[in-house]
Amino acid sequence: MAQPNSKNAAPYLLDMDGLGALISALARQGRQVIGPRLADDAVVYDDVAGTADLPAGWASEQSGGHYRLKRRDDGALFGYGLAPQGWKRQLYPPRQKLFAARRQGGGFAVEPPPPPPPPLALIGVRACELAAIARQAKVFGDRAFADPGYQSRLSTAFVVAVQCGEAQTTCFCASMGTGPEVTRGFDIKLTEVATPKRHVFVAEAGTPQGAKLLKSLKAPAAGAADIKAAGLAVKNAARQEKSLDAAAARKLAAQPDHPRWDKVAERCLSCGNCTMVCPTCFCTTVEDVTDLKGDNAERWRKWDSCFTLDFSYIHGGAVRTETRSRYRQWITHKLSTWVDQFGEQGCVGCGRCVTWCPVGIDITEEAAAITTQGRS
Amino acid sequence: MNAPLLDPMVPQPFRIEKVRRDLSDTFTMEMVPESGGEFAFQPGQFNMLYVYGVGEVPISISGDPADRSVLVHTTRAVGQVTEALDALKPGDSLGVRGPFGTSWPVESAFGHDLVFVAGGVGLAPLRPAIYQAMANRERFGRVIVLYGARTPEDILYKKELERWRGRFDLDVLVTVDRATGKWGGNVGVVTNLITRGGFDPLNTTSFVCGPEVMMRYAAQALEKKGVNTSRVWVSVERNMKCGCGLCGHCQWGPHFTCKDGPVFRYDRVADLFQIREL
Repeated sequence: MAQPNSKNAAPYLLDMDGLGALISALARQGRQVIGPRLADDAVVYDDVAGTADLPAGWASEQSGGHYRLKRRDDGALFGYGLAPQGWKRQLYPPRQKLFAARRQGGGFAVEPPPPPPPPLALIGVRACELAAIARQAKVFGDRAFADPGYQSRLSTAFVVAVQCGEAQTTCFCASMGTGPEVTRGFDIKLTEVATPKRHVFVAEAGTPQGAKLLKSLKAPAAGAADIKAAGLAVKNAARQEKSLDAAAARKLAAQPDHPRWDKVAERCLSCGNCTMVCPTCFCTTVEDVTDLKGDNAERWRKWDSCFTLDFSYIHGGAVRTETRSRYRQWITHKLSTWVDQFGEQGCVGCGRCVTWCPVGIDITEEAAAITTQGRS
Repeated sequence: MNAPLLDPMVPQPFRIEKVRRDLSDTFTMEMVPESGGEFAFQPGQFNMLYVYGVGEVPISISGDPADRSVLVHTTRAVGQVTEALDALKPGDSLGVRGPFGTSWPVESAFGHDLVFVAGGVGLAPLRPAIYQAMANRERFGRVIVLYGARTPEDILYKKELERWRGRFDLDVLVTVDRATGKWGGNVGVVTNLITRGGFDPLNTTSFVCGPEVMMRYAAQALEKKGVNTSRVWVSVERNMKCGCGLCGHCQWGPHFTCKDGPVFRYDRVADLFQIREL
C-alpha cells in the first residue's frame, strides 16, 4: 500500500459477483478481510466473508449527538455514510500487549514478541479515513522512534477505498481538503453506482498490487455511462452543509484565554467520546498486570483520552484540572499545534466527534467562535 | 520498511549494584545492563524505569556522562512506582528504556560563564551537566552552582556540594526556604542568589531545573540581570507513558516534552509558562 498510485489505468466494472470475487481473492491471500457490517444498530468494521455480510440498503442519519440507521431503497452496500469507528481500531487496536515478562531468580526476563497477525484487507475506506490513516502513519512512523506494530500492519494492509456518494449532515471533509474524492492511499478504489435498476462498481487500481488483483478478476472494462455516473456520485458528496475554516483554525493556539473555552466547558461532559471516535486521535496509556503469584507480568497499551483528569497527572496533581483546559487541549491540538508537530492538521472533517458527542458539541462551531469572534 | 525495528516500548533489564539514601524520601541507584555493555547518554536526558509488574516512570539520569559503565538515577519516592523503586535492593532488576529527550547543551556554553540554578531534587538532572562542565573546566569562564532546598535536611548531594564548594574553580551557593536546627547559611528563594550576580551577564549561559514556578522566576531574574533568555535553558516535567512521542501525554503546547524536551531553550517556551493548565 505504500507505493505511489499509478495513473489513470482504465477502470473496470465489477458487479455484485465481481465484488464477491474481490473479497474472496483477498481472503485467499491469507488476509483478514475487514469491512462494514451491521451490529448493535450501527455499521461497524469487522470480519466479512462476502458481499452478503455488507450492509445492503442501509443509510444513516447523523447530527450532533444523533445516529440512527435507516433504510434506503437502492440497495447500496456502501450507502451508510460513516461508521462510528474508524480504521484505527484495526491499525492501532484499543488494547495492545507491549511485552510480557517472567520472574527469573532475583530479576525478570522479557519474552520475545508474538509473531505478527495475518495481514489485513480493509474494504470500504473513505477519503477522509485515508487521510486519517496517513496522519496516524506520520505520528507512528515518521520519526526517530517509530511504532513497529503500526508500521507493519499498515504496510502489509490491502486497502479497498470506496467513494462517498453523498455526504452526511456532519461531514466537512471538503473544507479540510481531505475529500470527498479518493485520490491516494488505496490499492483499489471503488465507486458504487446503485439505482433500483442497476447496481455496479467502477473499480480503479491505485498500486501495482491493486492492478494485478483487478486484472485477475477478469472483469470487463467500465463503460462511459457508468464512469459518468461514478463521477456524479463524487460531485454529489461534495455538497456539504458544514465547513471549517481550516486556515483560521490553525491559529487556535494563540487564543488560550478566549471566553468561549468557559462556555464550551459548561456543555462538555469531559467524557472522551470525541477522542475515541476520532480517526486521528492517537493518545494511549499503559497498564501493568501480573498473575496472582507475580511470576508473570504484562504491560498493555490502551487508548486514552486527554479528557480524563488522570491524563496530565504529575506528582502533586493534574496539570489540566478543568474541563475548559482539556477541551482546549483537544481542539487546539487537533487544529493548531498538530501543524507544528506534523506539518498538517489533525482533523480530517469526518464529523464523528459531532455525531458522537452526547451533548452535540460541534468542532466547526467552536473553531469558528474562537477564531472569528476574537477576545471579548 | 519491512525490516524489523527495535521496539522503543520494550525495556531492557538492568541490575542494581548500589543504592544510596540521599534524603528521607530520595535515593540514588547505580545499575548496569544485565546483557553487559555500556550505557551512553547526554546530560539532561531521561529513562523510563520499569518496576516489574508495577509500572514505569520517567526519571532523569543523574550520573556522569563520561562514565558509561554504570547508569545512575536519583529518584524521589512520591508515587506508586517511585515507592516501588525505593523498595528495590542491590541485586534486584529493573527495566530501562531510553535514553530519551533533549540535553543540556554544555558545549554551546564554551567560552561563557556557566550558571547552574537548581531547586530541590532538580539538582539531579543538572548533575551530569555539572560533571561535564568540570571535565571541561578550562573551556568556561566562571562556573557557578546556585542551589535552593526547602530546609537544610532537604539538601541533595550535600557531601558533593561541599566538595564542589571546596574547589577553587567552582562557586557554589546554597540557600534554604526555611532554616532549621543550626543552619547559619542563606535563607530565601534561589532567585535571590541570582541577583547577587558574580557572572558576566552578556557572556553567560544558564541551565535551570526545579519546580516550574521556580524556573520561571529564575529565568526572569537572569533576564533582569541582563542574560539573554536565548542562553537560558530549562527542564520541563510532564506526564509520560512512552517517552518517545507516541502516547501524547506530555504535550505542552506544540511540544512533546519527551522528545522536543525535557530541556528547552527558555525564550522558545517563555509564552507557554504563562498559560495556565496548558
